[in-house]
Amino acid sequence: MKRLLLLLLPGWLMVLLLTAVVYGQSAAFKENIYDPGILKPVDSQLKVSVGDMSPDFTLPSVFGEPVTLSSFRTKKNVVLSFVPAAWTPVCSDQWPGYNIAQELFAQNDAVLLGISVDNIPTLFAWTNQMGKLWFPVLSDFWPHGAVAKRYGVLRSDGVSERALFIIDKKGIIRYINVNDINKRPPLEDLMKALGKLQ
Amino acid sequence: MKKGLIFVTALCILFGLYPGAISAGGYPEKGGTLPPVILPVPENHAHKAYLSLSGGKTFVFKDIKAKVLMVEIFSMYCPHCQVEAPAVNRLYQKIEADPHLKQNIRLIGIGVGNSAFEVNTFRKKYAIPFPLFPDPDFKIYSALGKVRTPFFIGIKSENKGMERIFLVHLGGFGSVDEFLQRIAQESGLDESMKNGEN
Repeated sequence: MKRLLLLLLPGWLMVLLLTAVVYGQSAAFKENIYDPGILKPVDSQLKVSVGDMSPDFTLPSVFGEPVTLSSFRTKKNVVLSFVPAAWTPVCSDQWPGYNIAQELFAQNDAVLLGISVDNIPTLFAWTNQMGKLWFPVLSDFWPHGAVAKRYGVLRSDGVSERALFIIDKKGIIRYINVNDINKRPPLEDLMKALGKLQ
Repeated sequence: MKKGLIFVTALCILFGLYPGAISAGGYPEKGGTLPPVILPVPENHAHKAYLSLSGGKTFVFKDIKAKVLMVEIFSMYCPHCQVEAPAVNRLYQKIEADPHLKQNIRLIGIGVGNSAFEVNTFRKKYAIPFPLFPDPDFKIYSALGKVRTPFFIGIKSENKGMERIFLVHLGGFGSVDEFLQRIAQESGLDESMKNGEN
């Protein structure tokens, strides 16, 4: 009986591991997505709150020109979309979804800035698989995760949370969602929050 | 030890991970059948009529009165699904333009991991004319074998209704004409056309 138990247990545990990770994976990335498994949902402590002035930053972009957050002040609302890492399951889908929602962002007079702690060459190769993105993707690679750290969304393993911040035209943070890293935040939640700015 | 085995088995059953439960959501294969998929009856009257659904809140594939059902498993967040969307629309239009095919083939999409809002965003972006259904909690995705997207499943009606898988296809299908020809041939619609059946 003991041998039977020892024989069955690893199999069941393997099934548990394999079936616990549920996400729709696009064929666009072929077999190139690295699956880190289920991670601790949130592994950082926010350093900003709704109502705070947003910490300013300038980061290099895959488009070429560096992007400064404060340059949008008085002109556009800004959505910051931190994603944990290139070539991982949920992250590889999130921005392609936003890529077909440009009109929804425009309706709310908002621009979207994608941010990851990956370096520019990695982000270049990864985002090329997503099609032509309409929004800049910024590299928070060096000093490593400095912007994520200032916002309080840098995890203990050096990647960022899957987090969304909405910053209004005055530079004030109006919405924060530090999502479960294993799940994609529903688009409607973000759009609902953006709609409240009008 | 017996208690240990019972405990482990109970845990597996508790988490829905008994090996017998896994086989229900196996990868779709030609010649096989799909587990029951329950979908909401569309509120859109045209879509309801297209699927020949009269009433009720939910339906299963067997309720659709047609010889062939093509199911596209997609996600709003999947770049290849976005690229493929115009081709799938053309497939629908070609079917609708041919009286024999129009009478016998239905086409639906299931947005895995997509909320109703996200499915509508995809529908509006690509002006998709056929019914799309959300699968926000990945239940259908899991039941259909966790296929990558886009994934096409062709099901044909047999004695007990819509149940036999005659075609599976991962990724873009290339030529619309060739794919439509493949659907007609592999489902047997070509033969029924030659025999003068509806």
